Amino acid sequence: MGPFIEVILGGLMAGVLYSLVALGFVLIYKASGVFNFAQGAMVLFAALAFARLSEKMPMPVAFVLAMGIMVIVAWLIERLVLRSLVNQEGIILFLATFGVTYFLEGLGQLIFGSDIYPIDLGLPKEPRIIFESTFPGGILINIEDLVAAAVAGTLVLFLALFFQKTTVGRALRAVADDHQAAQSVGIPLNRIWVIVWSVSGFVALVAGVIWGSKLGVQFSLALVALKAIPVVILGGFTSVPGAIVGGLIIGVGEKVAEVYLGPIIGGGIENWFAYGLALAFLMVRPEGLFGERHIDRV
Amino acid sequence: MKTRWKTAGLACAIAAAFTAGGAFAQANEQFVPVLVYRTGAYAPNGVPWANGFVDYLKLINERDGGIGGVKLTYEECETGYATDRGVECYERLKGKGPTGATGFNSLSTGITYALTDKTFGDKIPMFTTGYGRSESADGSVFKWNFPLLGTYWSAADMLVQHVAKKGSLKGKKIALVYHDSPFGKEPIPVLEEHAKKHGFELLKLPVTHPGVEQKATWLQVRQQRPDYVFLWGWGVMNSTAIREAINVSYPRLQMFGVWWSAAEPDVLPAEMAAKGYNGLSLGHSNEKNAGVHKDLMKVLYDKNKGTGKKEDVGHVLYNRGMISAMLLVESVVKAQTKFGKKPLTGEQVRWGAENLNLDAARLKALGFDGIVQPLKTSCADHEGTRKARVHTWDGTTWSYTSDWYEADNKFLRPMVEAQARKYAAEKKVEVRDCKKES
Amino acid sequence: MFYRENGQFKTSYADDQALLSIKQDKWFIWLVLAVAFAVVPMFASEYLFRAILIPFLILALAAIGLNLLVGYCGQISLGTGAFMMVGAYAAYNIAVRIPELNILVVFILAGLITTVVGMVFGIPSLRIKGLYLAVATLAAQFFMDWLFSRVKWLTNDSSSGSVSAPVVEMFGFKLDSPIAKYWFVLAIVVLFALIAKNLVRSNIGRSWMATRDMDVAAEIIGIRPVYAKLSAFAVSSFFVGVSGALWAFVHLGSWEPLAFDINRSFTMIFMIIIGGLGSILGSFLGAAFIVVLPLVLNQVPIWFGIPISTATASHLEFMIFGALIVFFLIVEPHGLARLWAIAKEKLRIWPFPH
Repeated sequence: MGPFIEVILGGLMAGVLYSLVALGFVLIYKASGVFNFAQGAMVLFAALAFARLSEKMPMPVAFVLAMGIMVIVAWLIERLVLRSLVNQEGIILFLATFGVTYFLEGLGQLIFGSDIYPIDLGLPKEPRIIFESTFPGGILINIEDLVAAAVAGTLVLFLALFFQKTTVGRALRAVADDHQAAQSVGIPLNRIWVIVWSVSGFVALVAGVIWGSKLGVQFSLALVALKAIPVVILGGFTSVPGAIVGGLIIGVGEKVAEVYLGPIIGGGIENWFAYGLALAFLMVRPEGLFGERHIDRV
Repeated sequence: MKTRWKTAGLACAIAAAFTAGGAFAQANEQFVPVLVYRTGAYAPNGVPWANGFVDYLKLINERDGGIGGVKLTYEECETGYATDRGVECYERLKGKGPTGATGFNSLSTGITYALTDKTFGDKIPMFTTGYGRSESADGSVFKWNFPLLGTYWSAADMLVQHVAKKGSLKGKKIALVYHDSPFGKEPIPVLEEHAKKHGFELLKLPVTHPGVEQKATWLQVRQQRPDYVFLWGWGVMNSTAIREAINVSYPRLQMFGVWWSAAEPDVLPAEMAAKGYNGLSLGHSNEKNAGVHKDLMKVLYDKNKGTGKKEDVGHVLYNRGMISAMLLVESVVKAQTKFGKKPLTGEQVRWGAENLNLDAARLKALGFDGIVQPLKTSCADHEGTRKARVHTWDGTTWSYTSDWYEADNKFLRPMVEAQARKYAAEKKVEVRDCKKES
Repeated sequence: MFYRENGQFKTSYADDQALLSIKQDKWFIWLVLAVAFAVVPMFASEYLFRAILIPFLILALAAIGLNLLVGYCGQISLGTGAFMMVGAYAAYNIAVRIPELNILVVFILAGLITTVVGMVFGIPSLRIKGLYLAVATLAAQFFMDWLFSRVKWLTNDSSSGSVSAPVVEMFGFKLDSPIAKYWFVLAIVVLFALIAKNLVRSNIGRSWMATRDMDVAAEIIGIRPVYAKLSAFAVSSFFVGVSGALWAFVHLGSWEPLAFDINRSFTMIFMIIIGGLGSILGSFLGAAFIVVLPLVLNQVPIWFGIPISTATASHLEFMIFGALIVFFLIVEPHGLARLWAIAKEKLRIWPFPH
C-alpha cells in the first residue's frame, strides 16, 4: 500500500506543476481566444530572467524585475502580434504563437545563456518519511512539493478573486464572453489583452521558479508546455478549476501508468499516455471536464 | 513595393545557398570540422566540450604555429544533438579546406550511427573519443571509426567490475537508468551478459528525451530498491536524475554514472546534496594543472583569446573536448611522419589514427600526463586503451575514489567481433585481414 | 506583356480541362523540369546535392502531403514527423525482411502502411476539430516515438535502436552517387506533385476544400464528411509516408526515432505556412525556404566578416525563424505562393500598367 500511495502523491505533485502551466493557457484562452503555445517558452523566459537576476540581487527584487520583464513581453506580444491578427481564425493565432515560442526561446538563451542555472529558494531538499509505523518503509514527502502545491492553491484562489471581484477581472470576463459587445460598452480590448498576457506571464514566472528550484532552469523547461496541453484538453480550455483538476488527473494517471503498466510494455510511456488519456476523454466529452459546451452556427 | 522587397530577399536567399559551399582557401592549412551543440537541452554539456576542443586547436596554432608548419583551420557547426542536422553539417564541412575534412567528432551516438556508413565512401575518419558505436572498436570492419580511449561496452564492463569488488553480485539488483536513444541503449547487451554471468537482476528504466520527466522512474527505483543504479544520461537528464534521486532518498553512494554523466553540469544544480555521487572517469577528471592547462593559460587565456570562461578550464567535459582534439591532432602528427608536412587528406589521417602510439613520454611532452593513459592503436584495435577510475563528487569537486580498472577484453572482444561481422555482412563491407597489415 | 493569355482560345474540352491552360505556364514548367533534370546535375556540387537539393525535394514531398490535409482539407496535423517515421520504419522492415523486393514497391508499400496508420489517427477528426484535432495528432507523435524505440521487432532487434537502411538498389543499379539519388528523388517528387495537382482539382479535392471552408455547409450540399476527411488523411499520410521512407533511405541512411521527433512535425507546419496553405507550388517554396534559411543565416556573418559564435548564430536563427512565422501570418497569410501569383499579375500588364 505504501508505494501505491507514494505514486499517487508523486502524481499529484507533478500534476500541480502541470496545472500551473495549464493555468497560463486557460487565462489567455479565456480572454483572447488564443491557444497560446508560447506558454512554455514564457515559463522558460521568466525563469531564466529570474535565475540570472537573482545571481546579482536579492530574490524579491529579482522577482519584481522578472515580473516587469514579463509585462514588457506581454505588451510587445500584444503590440506586434495580436493586434495585427485580430479577427483571424483560432488556428492562425495558434500558429502565430509558435512563432512567438521560437522567438522567446532564442531570445531567452541569447540574453541569459543556455547553461543550467540553479534557483535556491532555501527549501529543504531531503525528503521526510512519515507514517513509518503504518506502512513498511513509510511514505516519502517532499517539503518542496508541498510548498509548490500551497503556492499553486494560493495562486488559484488569488486568480479566482481577481476574476470575480475586481473591475479589471470583470472586464476580462466580459471580453472573454464577447469581444465586440465588450468593446461597445467601452472596455479597451488592447489594454485588457496586455493585462491578461501579463497575468499569464506572472503565472509563468511562478511556475518557472517552482520548476526551476526543483530541476534547475534550463532550456527543457520550455518543453513543459507539451505536458500542459493534455491537461487543458481534459480540463477544458476555459476553466480555471478545470486546469487544476485536469492537471491532477493527468499527473496521477501518467505516474500510475508508468509505474504499474510501464514495466509490462517497456517503460517510458508517460508522454503518450497523457495524450491518450486526454484523447479518450475528448471523444466522449469534446468540451473537456469543465469547459463550456459550444454550439456551431452555420 | 513591399512585394518587391520580399521577392528580392527570397532571390538573395536562394542565390546565397548556391554559393554557400563554394569558397575554398587554397593554402597550407589543415581543416578541422567541429560538430557541436551550444544551444538547446544538451547545451550545458555540449558547451564545455566544444570550448575544450576549440581551445586546443587554437593552442596548436598559437604555440606551435600549427602542425609541422601546417596551420589548423576549423569551423563549428551546430547540430543541436539532432541526427539530421548532424548529417547536414557533415555534408557541408567534409569538403572544406584544401584537402577536405581531417576527421569528424560527432559528439552524438545517433549522428555517429548515421555517418558511419558514409565514411566508407568519403574516406574521412570519425573520432568518437569515449562514445560512438561500441563494435567499431574492431578496426578490421570499421576502418574509419576510432572510438578511442574506451567504448560504452568497456564502460559497462568496468562499472560492473567496480561494484562486483564491493561484494558478490549474486542475487543483487542493478537498475540502469538510461537515455532512451542509441547512446543510452549501447551498454545493454554487455550488462545483460554480465547479469547472466554474475547472477544479478538488471532493471532497465528508460528516460524519454530530453529527460526532465523522471519522477515515475525514481518512484520505481524506490519501490524496487536496487542495490546500485547505473546512470546513462546526457545533458539535463543527469542533473534531473540526481535531483530525483535526492527526492526519493536513494543513496548517492550507490549511484554510478557513465563518464558522460559525471561532470560539473550534472552535479552543480544539486551541489552539496549530490555529495557522494559517483561516476566513471574516462581516464581523466577535472585536472586543472597539467602541462597543457598551463600552456592554455599562458598562450590563450592570459591574452584573452580563450573560447570560454577562464575558471571553466579544466572541468571534466572541457578536458574531454581538449583530449578529443589532441587525439585528432596527434593522428595528423603521426600521419605527417609518413606523408610529409603538408595538408593531409582524411585517408592519410586515418593511417595516422590507426598507428597512434602515445607512450608516457610523449604524453608528458604534450602536457597530458595524468589525464590520458598511454594508448596504442592498431588495425584490429581502434580503441587504443580501455582504462578508467571512479571519481566521486564531494560537494565541491570531483576526486578519485578507486583504483584503475581495465575493461576485460577477453570478455568483450568476441561480442565486438560478432557485432562487427554482423554489420559487415549486412552492409557488404570488406573485412580487412589485420595480420597482413601489421 | 510576358504573360498575356489574350488570343489563347480553348477550342475543346480537353483544352479547357488541361492542367496548365496557359501556354506560358506550360513552357515555364517544361523549362523548370529541364533545368531540374538536366542543367542542375551538370553544375551542382556534391554538397549542393546532399545537403540542399535532396533534403529539399524530400521535404517538399512531405509538405505537399501535409498541405493536402491542412491547406486543402483544413485538418490541422502536428504529427507529420510521426507519419514520416511510420513510413521510414515500414520501408525498413519490408526491405530487411523481403530483400528481393524492388525498392519502388517497398516505398509504395510503406506509403500504404502509413495510410492505414494515418487513417486510424484521423478517426478523431470525425468528432473533433481545430485545436483539439491538433492535439490528437500530437498523441500520434508521442506514441510513435515510443513505439519505434521500444518494440524491438520493428527495429529488427537492433541493440542500439538505431537502424540503417540497406543499400538502395533498383533494377541492378546502385543508387549511391549523389546524382543518381537526386534523379531518383526528383522523379518521384515530380510524379507525386503531378498526382497532387490533379487530385486537388478533381471531385475529391473539391470535397476537401468544401469541408475546409465550412464543414456543415459541405455536408448540406451532399459531401460526406467521413469520406472527405478520412480520404484527406489517407492521401496525405501516403505522401508523408513515402517521403519519410525517402528521408530515411536516401538522405539519412541510418536513423533513430529522434530523427523524426516533434521538431520535424513543427518544421513541416512552418513550411506550409510560409510556402502557402492550399498550394502545391507553395509546398515547394516553403520547403526550399526552410532548408536554405539556416544555411544562409550561418553564412551571412562569415561573408561580412563579422565573427559571431555558433551559439549566437543558432539563437538568432531561432529568433528569425519565429519572427518570420509571425511576419508571414500577418503580412502574407497565403505565403510565398501568393508572391508568385502577384508576380504573374504584374508580368501580365508590364510594362504598361493602368
